[in-house]
Amino acid sequence: MEILSKVEQEYLKKEIPAFNIGDTVKVSVKVKEGEKERTQIYEGVVIARKGSGIRETITVRRVSYGIGVERIFPLHSPTVQDIKVVRRGIVRRSKLYYLRNLVGKKARIKERR
Amino acid sequence: MIEGLIGRKIGMTQIINENGEMIPVTVIKTGPCVVVQKKTVDKDGYEAVQLGLIENKKIKNLNKPFKGHLEKRGVKQLVKILREVRVKDEKELEEGKELTVDLFENVKKVNVVGISKGKGFQGVMKRHGFGGGRMSHGSKIHRTPGSTGAATYPGRVMKGKKLPGQTGNKRITVKNLKVEKIMKEENLLLVRGAVPGPNGGLVIVKNSEFRRG
Repeated sequence: MEILSKVEQEYLKKEIPAFNIGDTVKVSVKVKEGEKERTQIYEGVVIARKGSGIRETITVRRVSYGIGVERIFPLHSPTVQDIKVVRRGIVRRSKLYYLRNLVGKKARIKERR
Repeated sequence: MIEGLIGRKIGMTQIINENGEMIPVTVIKTGPCVVVQKKTVDKDGYEAVQLGLIENKKIKNLNKPFKGHLEKRGVKQLVKILREVRVKDEKELEEGKELTVDLFENVKKVNVVGISKGKGFQGVMKRHGFGGGRMSHGSKIHRTPGSTGAATYPGRVMKGKKLPGQTGNKRITVKNLKVEKIMKEENLLLVRGAVPGPNGGLVIVKNSEFRRG
């Protein structure tokens, strides 16, 4: 196990911005189009944070044009450049999968001030 | 050219490549190995080299003939595990020389030989991937192999028919695994994909190109 974590060490980011489950975040993602590279921003609610070490991921959910979209980002991937908290939320569980069944006003999360 | 080295499977993890993709890799601690015995065409009829795996472990219970085998050839390190690999046009190789992962420096693909995890006596569904019957709706066949052949002609079950039996615990070679990374200080070889055997199991890592002439 020691050896495995040593192998992973090299690929880990030094710092991961602080955020919590239920926060609305802006994730800057590097996108490759042909030969050009640009940054795309994906905004949504963090509904899950899973795994540890290099396998750590977050699931970000947003509703776009009435359709729920969830993207899973590996936190240590170089394509994920930045994560900014837009709004802090108050939630009582670590996985917000119940949001999938809710629409409209019910799918709101109380803001922490 | 030496065909390969002895190693131990450490386990699997992921690394990130330059495109930002996650790559599943198996970490293998390859060697360091010591050349215990050289086999030559004149003497043994073929060219090979017997390697010993040097491990950071206390070695006891080596019997006298084994110790004598090592001492006779001037091998100072105590080793317990010996395996043979082939060599080709190798002049400078001497008994007692240590080999490390550097051997794989310009190697793109490797074959890995290991003993697969033993699963015991298994049925035909697990062993050969048969479909089996349905579990409900009055079905009386669930996991049976079904028919094993025709009737009077041929009047016997064909050889090689897939039937239940010992599964796993067998020597398996996985071919053409891509070498993703070499970590020299720790003697680690990172190979894409899975490798037979449990973590800590003995494997032999061979250069895929070696036998292609």
